[in-house]
Amino acid sequence: MSQVDLRQFHQTFFDESLEGLDAMESALLKLDSDAADAELVNTIFRAAHSIKGGSATFGFQEIAAFTHVAEELLDGVRSGKRAVTVDVVELLLRCVDALRSMFARVRVGAASADPASDGLLDELRQHLSVGTAIATSAQATHTPLIDDASSDWEILFRAKPGLLRAGNDPLRMFRELAQLGELGVHAHVQGIPVLDQIDPEQCYLAWDLRLAGTVKRQQIDAVFEWAEGDCELVIARQASAAPAANAARPLAAAAGTTIASASCDLVTTSPGADKPTPLRHENVTGSAVAESGSIRVNIDKVDALINMVGELVITQSMLGQLGEHFEASRLEALRAGLNQLERNTRELQESVMRIRMLPISFVFQRFPRLVRDLSLKLGKQVNLELHGEQTELDKTVLEKIGDPLVHLVRNAVDHGFETPERRVAAGKNPTGTLRLDAFHQGGNITVEVSDDGAGLNRDAIARKAIERGLIASADGLSDDEVAELIFQPGFSTAEATTDLSGRGVGMDVVRRNVNELRGSVAVQTKAGSGSVFTITLPLTLAIIDGLTAAVGNESYIVPLVAVVESLQIKRAQITRLGAGREVFRFREEVLPIIPLHTVFGCRGAVSDPCDGIVIVVEGDGARAGLLVDALLGQQQAVIKSLETHYQRVQGLSGATILGDGSIALIVDVAGLVRLAHRKQAA
Amino acid sequence: MSKKILVVDDSASMRGMVSFTLKGAGFEVKEAEDGVAGVDAAAAEPFDVVLADVNMPRMDGISMVREIRKLPGYSGVPILVLTTESHQEKKQEGKAAGATGWLVKPFDPEQLLATVRRVLG
Repeated sequence: MSQVDLRQFHQTFFDESLEGLDAMESALLKLDSDAADAELVNTIFRAAHSIKGGSATFGFQEIAAFTHVAEELLDGVRSGKRAVTVDVVELLLRCVDALRSMFARVRVGAASADPASDGLLDELRQHLSVGTAIATSAQATHTPLIDDASSDWEILFRAKPGLLRAGNDPLRMFRELAQLGELGVHAHVQGIPVLDQIDPEQCYLAWDLRLAGTVKRQQIDAVFEWAEGDCELVIARQASAAPAANAARPLAAAAGTTIASASCDLVTTSPGADKPTPLRHENVTGSAVAESGSIRVNIDKVDALINMVGELVITQSMLGQLGEHFEASRLEALRAGLNQLERNTRELQESVMRIRMLPISFVFQRFPRLVRDLSLKLGKQVNLELHGEQTELDKTVLEKIGDPLVHLVRNAVDHGFETPERRVAAGKNPTGTLRLDAFHQGGNITVEVSDDGAGLNRDAIARKAIERGLIASADGLSDDEVAELIFQPGFSTAEATTDLSGRGVGMDVVRRNVNELRGSVAVQTKAGSGSVFTITLPLTLAIIDGLTAAVGNESYIVPLVAVVESLQIKRAQITRLGAGREVFRFREEVLPIIPLHTVFGCRGAVSDPCDGIVIVVEGDGARAGLLVDALLGQQQAVIKSLETHYQRVQGLSGATILGDGSIALIVDVAGLVRLAHRKQAA
Repeated sequence: MSKKILVVDDSASMRGMVSFTLKGAGFEVKEAEDGVAGVDAAAAEPFDVVLADVNMPRMDGISMVREIRKLPGYSGVPILVLTTESHQEKKQEGKAAGATGWLVKPFDPEQLLATVRRVLG
């Protein structure tokens, strides 16, 4: 018999269960506001039911048992026996949370249950037992028919017209009976009509069966289980202990009449009625939940990829043919072929990138719950609007943008919105609107978090910034420039940190997280009418547009997004601060010069800033000038991680391979600028 | 000729498990992810057995059984509903819709094969 390893389906099961939980959660949240909608309840029920079935199949008994109890509650809601109250929704939302963490645990191979889920289970059971109780257990405790497995059996079996149509073949049942014991069969053929009246899909026969041997009643019931309703059936212990050999005699002489009057009641017993497996208490202390790196890809994307590869193969064979008998006259064809190859390569690259792209709804979908919970807790009224949920982002970016966004959303609800009373007093709608918006802009993705709250408090920010020594005075600074100060390290305006936003993580961390994704974050605010936080992200992390520069014998790539301008500077612009530290005047600013050759120790490079090129770059909100020998050009670079191949190097974010096969290092602009400013401050 | 089986379930993991098991036993398998897709698949080509999950979006398994049974060539074809122990009534609803029988979840690969072989005789 085949041995199937069920573990290979676990990943898929986890993925679809988590999706199911997301669907459950969002349906529950909708249920909250517009009362019992049958379709929503069905969605929730279906998700729970699938998780239950799957977890039982794949051996996660604790999850199955937990879901089973939650499902009973849902069943009551679905059948209308239980009202949808705030309590029930709340309880079910907590079940969703508990199941999520159970999945997180089994995913890393830990036991799924914990005291928290056990507690919830008790609450669920309590809920089930009180109120207009529905049957507490879906399985009525069935006392199995205990009968001595002995004696011989007489069976009357008459097919109803639907039996064959439903796919139940009497022959199959007889074969199964014959495996249980010695079977004698006698067919009644009187019911067969004349040939031209025969419906081939109908069964006209009835049978007397005699089964001898040690056979239990349940075994016989099991054979006929599926035929119930499509047959007339009488099963009886044989009156006399007559040997089965002479069994094939009609049980009733007038079979037609006796059988017709016989009841076809079948006792259906459920074999091995399942008892919920008792949950075990097992403490798994803070196990690091490692996300496994699988991705679900729309089949269209894979098909597009296969198409591309097909075209690439065609181009390759065309070029191959061309190469076999190449002569100068065919140069034009070669050029055309190479162009085609370039196009294929670019398209292939784009489709591969697209495989890593997922809609931002994966991140957005957690916010309805978060905003609901937060605003309830804080006594605020907030209406959440989500826009551009189908905008796609690289999977890595998507995974890492969640935390910064959660922080911005928490902040908005906690600090941004006023209480309903204050809003009314200010002539605003008591319910505030929080809007999350994602869209493409140029080669970037923009995500906006906007609220119509009170706006950032300019005076409070300025006071704090002066207190922290970030600025000397706020005079002459625009509102946006003051607002910008909240991104500075160590800044926090919350007078008393609430347990919601005051988690020791400030806006500087939001900015750093976004910067690590090679993105940027900015804020615009207007007193009394709200704030807009704008996060700009690259489409992908795997490829950058870069400026290639020569330093000595080496090549460096400066990401184009960070480049402000490149120029040759004059002696008069430079001021020497001491041992090798120089600054230069760039328009109204004074910027430090960072000679790449000294940072990376390159030999034979230009050391006089006036002989080389200075690339003005911006990173982390500050600017600096990078000194290089010359600019070589602009190109797309596929980033290879230094960490995987070597180790992390300060000032570098990776490496790439150039067209001629040589290696170029990619400059980490933000890191270098931070370094330069720290040096300057020292 | 190996027998052809249509597996209809909205859960990718269940579908994966069922079809992997059946293919391993030498059956030819087609999958569909909900009732509507199941009816379409059954209408497009003949199958020797149909396995139908009950709870599915768009069209549930019971309605699907009813639809498939009406298709030409599907009279007498074994159709099994995959149901759970806690929903006994679904067995009877399935029967009433024209199903041959049922397979109770959770089932393991061997139970699945035994049941499929049983209906194939």
